Amino acid sequence: MTEFLQQLINGLSLGAIYALIALGYTMVYGVLRFINFAHSDIFMIGAFAGYYLSKHFPRESMGGGLIVLAGAMIICALLGIIIERLAYRPLRDRSKLNVLITAIGMSLLLENAGQFFFGANPKAFPVLFPVMTIKLGAVVLSSNQMAVFIVTIVVLVGLRFIVMRTKIGTAMRAVSFNPVAASLVGINNDIVISFTFGLGSALAAAGGILYSLNYQAIDPLMGILPGMKAFVAAVLGGIGNIPGAALGGLLLGVIETFFNGSRWSTYTDAIAFTLLILILLFRPAGLLGKAQVEKV
Amino acid sequence: MLEIKNLTVNYGAICALRGVSLEVKQGDIVTLIGANGAGKTTTLRAVSGLLKAQSGEVLYQGRNITNLPAHQIVKLGMSHVPEGRMVFANLTVLENLMMGAYLQKDKTVIQQEMDYVFGIFPRLKERLKQVAGTLSGGEQQMLAIGRALMSKPKFLMLDEPSLGIAPLLVKTIFEKIVEINQQQGISILLVEQNANLALEISRYGYVLETGRIILQDECAALRQNPQVKSAYLGGM
Repeated sequence: MTEFLQQLINGLSLGAIYALIALGYTMVYGVLRFINFAHSDIFMIGAFAGYYLSKHFPRESMGGGLIVLAGAMIICALLGIIIERLAYRPLRDRSKLNVLITAIGMSLLLENAGQFFFGANPKAFPVLFPVMTIKLGAVVLSSNQMAVFIVTIVVLVGLRFIVMRTKIGTAMRAVSFNPVAASLVGINNDIVISFTFGLGSALAAAGGILYSLNYQAIDPLMGILPGMKAFVAAVLGGIGNIPGAALGGLLLGVIETFFNGSRWSTYTDAIAFTLLILILLFRPAGLLGKAQVEKV
Repeated sequence: MLEIKNLTVNYGAICALRGVSLEVKQGDIVTLIGANGAGKTTTLRAVSGLLKAQSGEVLYQGRNITNLPAHQIVKLGMSHVPEGRMVFANLTVLENLMMGAYLQKDKTVIQQEMDYVFGIFPRLKERLKQVAGTLSGGEQQMLAIGRALMSKPKFLMLDEPSLGIAPLLVKTIFEKIVEINQQQGISILLVEQNANLALEISRYGYVLETGRIILQDECAALRQNPQVKSAYLGGM
C-alpha cells in the first residue's frame, strides 16, 4: 500500500510536468489547428533560463526560487511570441503542412542553437527551493515534488480563470471556435494568437524548471522526449481541450511511473507511444474531446 | 453611408465579382438579391474585410476602407452578420453577446446595448447561460444579430437571415430587422435568397447575376418588374 501511494505521488508529480507542457500544445492547437513542434524546446529553454537566472539569486530559498521561476516563464513567453511572429505568422494563410514543417525546423534550430550557446554537455541544475522532506506516514514527499504540485495547481487554477473568466480568455475560445466570426466582432486574431503562444510557452518554462529540479541535469536535447510524451498526453486528453491536456498529462505520468516500477521497466518509454496508437485507434478525439459535429 | 465602386473580387482564377457598384444611404434598408453563386455573400465579405478586393473601392462614411482588416472595420461602426450565423457555439449566449461588445470599454454602454438586444429578442434573455450551440437555428440567428448590435453599429450587413429557420421565426426576425432600422436609425444592407421578403422590407434593391449588377430600382418597382418576377419571385 505504501509503495502504491509512493508510486502514485511520484507518478502525479511527473504527470503534472507533462500536463504543463501538454497545455501549450493543446492551446496552440486550439487557436491555430497545428502542432507547435518547437514547444518541447521552449521547455528546454525554460530550464536553461532558470539555470542562468539562478546564478543571480539566492538558492535554496523560497523567494529566490519563485523569482527564477517567474523570470524563466516571462523569458519563454516572449520567446514563444517572437517565434510565432517571425516563423509561423507569415505562413498563416498557407497550407497547414508548411507551418508544421516550419515548426520542426524551428525545433531543430532551437536545439542546435542551444548546443552552440549552452554547450552540449549536461549541466547540473541548482537546488532552487529550500530542501525538506515531508513524511505522510510512510510516504515521502520531497520539496521538489511539493514544488511541482503547488506550482501546477496554482497554474491550472490561474489558467482556468484566464480562459473562462477574462475577456482575453473568452476571445481565445471564440477565435478557437471560429476565427472569421471573431474578426467580425472586432477581435484582432493576431493578438489573441500571440497571447496564446505567450501563455503556452510560460507554462512550458514552468514545466522545464520543475522537471530539472527533479532530474537535476539539463542539456539542450532534454526537451525531445518529455515534449513528445506531453504531446501524447495532449492527444490522450483530446487535442484542443484544456482540461483534457491536464488529465492526459497526469494519467500518462502515473501509468509511466507504475510501469517503471514493474518488471517491464525497460519499456517505460514505449508505453506513451503505445497509448498514442491505442487512443488513435479506439478514441481518436481523446478522452475528453468530442467528435466535431456541425450544426446547420 | 456606404458606397461600393466597381468592386472586383477573384477566388484564384475564378472571378466572383466583376465590377459591382452600389450605394446605401443613411438610414436606408437596401437589399441585394440574386441566385445562388451570384456573388451576394462575396460582396458583403469584401466590404467587411474578410476578402481582398482585386480592384474597386469601398467607401464608408466618405472614408476609403477597401481591404482594411475586418477587426478594424468593426471599429468604424460597421457590423456584419455572416451567412450561417457563425455564433460561437462553444460559448454561452451571454459570452457571445459580450464578445459582440469586444471593442466597447464602457460597461454602462455595454449594459445599455444588452438591454436593447433583450428588448428586441427577449428569448435571448431566457437563454443567457445556455451554450449557444444548443440553441435552435432561429435563436442562433437572433443571437447573431444581437451580437452584431452589441458593437453599437451605425451600419449593419445581414447575410441570409432567413436561411434554415422555421417560417414563423423568419417573419419575426424580419419584423425585428425593420424595427432595428427604424428605432436606431441603423442603415442596413440585406442579402437574401427569399426575394419576396427582402423586397417587401427594403426601400431600394439591386439584382446580382454572375458577379454583375443587372438591375437596380426602388423595391416597389422591382416587384413589378417582369424580369424580376419570373426569375426571383416565382413566376406570375
